[in-house]
Amino acid sequence: MKDLLQGIRAALAATIVLAVACCGAYPLVVTGLARICFPKRAAGSLVTGSDGTVRGSTLIGQGFAAAKYFHPRPSAAGTGYDALASGGSNLGPTSKKLADSIAANIAAYRAGNGLATHTPVPADAVTASASGLDPHIAPANAELQVARVARERGLAPERVRQIVLESTETPVPRFLGEPGVNVLRLNLALDRL
Amino acid sequence: MNANGWIQLSLFVALLAAMTKPIGRYLVQVLDPDGRTWLDPLVRPLERLTYRAMGIRPDREQDWRQYARSVLILGLVGIAFTYAILRFQKHLPMNPAGLDSLPPHLAFNTAVSFVTNTDWQSYAGESTMSQFSQMVALTLHNFLSAATGMGVAAALVRGIARRGATTIGNFWVDLVRVTYYLMLPACTAFAVFLVSQGVVQNFSPNTTARLVEPTTITVEKTDASGAVVKGADGKALTEEKTIDTQTIAQGPMASQVAVKMLGTNGGGYTNANAAHPFENPTPLSNFIQMLSIFAIASGLTWYLGHATGNQAHGWAVWSAMALLFVAGTLVAWWAEAAGNPIHQALGVAAGDGNLEGKEVRFGIFSSALFATVTTDASCGAVNSMHDSFTAIGGLVPLFNMQLGEVVFGGVGAGLYGMLVFVVLAVFIAGLMVGRTPEYLGKKIGAFEVKMSMLALLATTVAILGFSAWAAASPWGIAGLNNAGPHGLSEILYAFSSAAANNGSAFAGLTASTPWYDTTLAIGMLAGRYLMIVPILALAGSLARKKAVPAGEGTFPVSGPTFVVLLIGTVVLVGALNFLPALALGPVVEHFVALQGTLR
Repeated sequence: MKDLLQGIRAALAATIVLAVACCGAYPLVVTGLARICFPKRAAGSLVTGSDGTVRGSTLIGQGFAAAKYFHPRPSAAGTGYDALASGGSNLGPTSKKLADSIAANIAAYRAGNGLATHTPVPADAVTASASGLDPHIAPANAELQVARVARERGLAPERVRQIVLESTETPVPRFLGEPGVNVLRLNLALDRL
Repeated sequence: MNANGWIQLSLFVALLAAMTKPIGRYLVQVLDPDGRTWLDPLVRPLERLTYRAMGIRPDREQDWRQYARSVLILGLVGIAFTYAILRFQKHLPMNPAGLDSLPPHLAFNTAVSFVTNTDWQSYAGESTMSQFSQMVALTLHNFLSAATGMGVAAALVRGIARRGATTIGNFWVDLVRVTYYLMLPACTAFAVFLVSQGVVQNFSPNTTARLVEPTTITVEKTDASGAVVKGADGKALTEEKTIDTQTIAQGPMASQVAVKMLGTNGGGYTNANAAHPFENPTPLSNFIQMLSIFAIASGLTWYLGHATGNQAHGWAVWSAMALLFVAGTLVAWWAEAAGNPIHQALGVAAGDGNLEGKEVRFGIFSSALFATVTTDASCGAVNSMHDSFTAIGGLVPLFNMQLGEVVFGGVGAGLYGMLVFVVLAVFIAGLMVGRTPEYLGKKIGAFEVKMSMLALLATTVAILGFSAWAAASPWGIAGLNNAGPHGLSEILYAFSSAAANNGSAFAGLTASTPWYDTTLAIGMLAGRYLMIVPILALAGSLARKKAVPAGEGTFPVSGPTFVVLLIGTVVLVGALNFLPALALGPVVEHFVALQGTLR
């Protein structure tokens, strides 16, 4: 019995003392160091427009549907790119729902970008990402959208291609992941022209 | 399966091997009450003060019963603490979004989940948990449950190493020293690195961004009270709604992400976990996060070798783990790179692999590797949605958990789980050659084998029992997101994840119902404590034994023969227990996918 009471006291004290250290001191120290060393990143890598309002984060994707913009991946986050409802479709490999939505996405992608009926479509263009907030599309996907965006904006495809290249983020070191075109950065750059 | 993947995999294994000794050496100091570290001048006074507040004598060791009682009491107090905070969230500070308190079943499930190092999340973090709940109610257990696991592992290693001893260390000392000397400093450095990659760390309210292109969506029309308005035909009326803002979640994410990885907890700040660009922004942050999941568990194998004076044994255990890990990664990688034949027939480029539920920046390989790492260990963080993996790609994480997460495994939990298999392997080898089994000079008797089997059976029964119950009950079927064999996989995955204290999910399953929350919580408690208690009993029994000198017939616990035997034991036990269930889930689905049948 005495052992038990001693144990409970030790557990209660440990919970409180370690909560102060792990839940108070630790995050505060990290926040302080983060603010000193990487203030912009600690605050969410936000992008502000010319009028000073926040337009988004370079890390978080946004939905784009107009023909003059590059289109991001389909998103399962809320009603699409809802940054408070991150997540994937969680549909399995033999799901009819998933196959149907991919088929519809493929048809829309081919029609929107003037592709022939049997052209293979880049996988990222028609599948939902894990977070639903994927800021990137694959370079091959961006390349297929260049002609459309150039036409809509009256720009030379070469000029658009160059901005795509400038908005491409390559892993450092290269072999750790895949290069991706940051769609928000790309579309903002196009709007600034 | 491209060259970059091979380079990354080779580098990963090489770095893991290189880290093992330095981390192991440090662990030796941390897990010794009189050990010395470079942090002593700063931390020693704090450590002494903590012992005084707790009213314990750090020089007094505990026998296995006292050690086990301490573990259980801390768990109970921790569950009560977190349950209370979550139930009263609305009235507590640091809740800028004004989030409501949690219902009882969800609070119970979450409290158990974090205390048992599972971090199964029946909720979406960014829309359910206040900053205070995230930081205090949840993060505390990221530290305590990790330290508990390491304490139990250290106690078992002491039991193996000691001769004629009654005690196996002091739980409270292990708890405090692991937290102060290992977890806190390592997490601080790691968190700052994560911020350098873009992980957010602040106490600001959420940011509202004005979208570059407002989007229009169709929603169901609601009246002033929030009820859906129905038309004359009884169908819900819809209306167009323009969305012109995006609410971006803020908060102390880096500090939580660091400990969720190093402590193999896996509970994300956000719903998408390590797939969310704020939690895992770059391929580099992804690589280091994967390494950090295995780091401590890998170091513990060196600690085992050091403590038992047989470093070849420590490396043999490490090698068995590494081989199982590489095998799992290759299978998952192959399956995901091959992609889904159904989608390829529709027109998806075949060379791209299966990208549903994966992020572009990670691609196929880094997603497959992460899925393997997180389920080899009891981490459960995910950088891709396992539910959308191909059938075989999804089988790998599922089987990894069912093996008991002994491939490096959770901090501490991986080592003590693997040592149970070592005892079994030695026992089986002894039976084969007809000699009394010995492990490092200690005779393995009926009691040791019984305790090992008890630890193994607890998780097996919890996984298969609850899965069978759910699969045959309306409450179990109601939560499914997918039909057919994939539905069974979702249920099996949920209970495997709970009982193995992993926390990852085939996330399509809607588990935030009273039935699922409660059964999963019981599964987590069984998988944690019905394993820890027999293991501590095993430790106590081994500690009391005297060593017999190694003779001609002693089975060596190092070298290739032992590694093969150990791997064989792990795989065979896992396969015998779970193959029938796996055959009905992922295996059937694989053939269904090849055939092109949809559900």
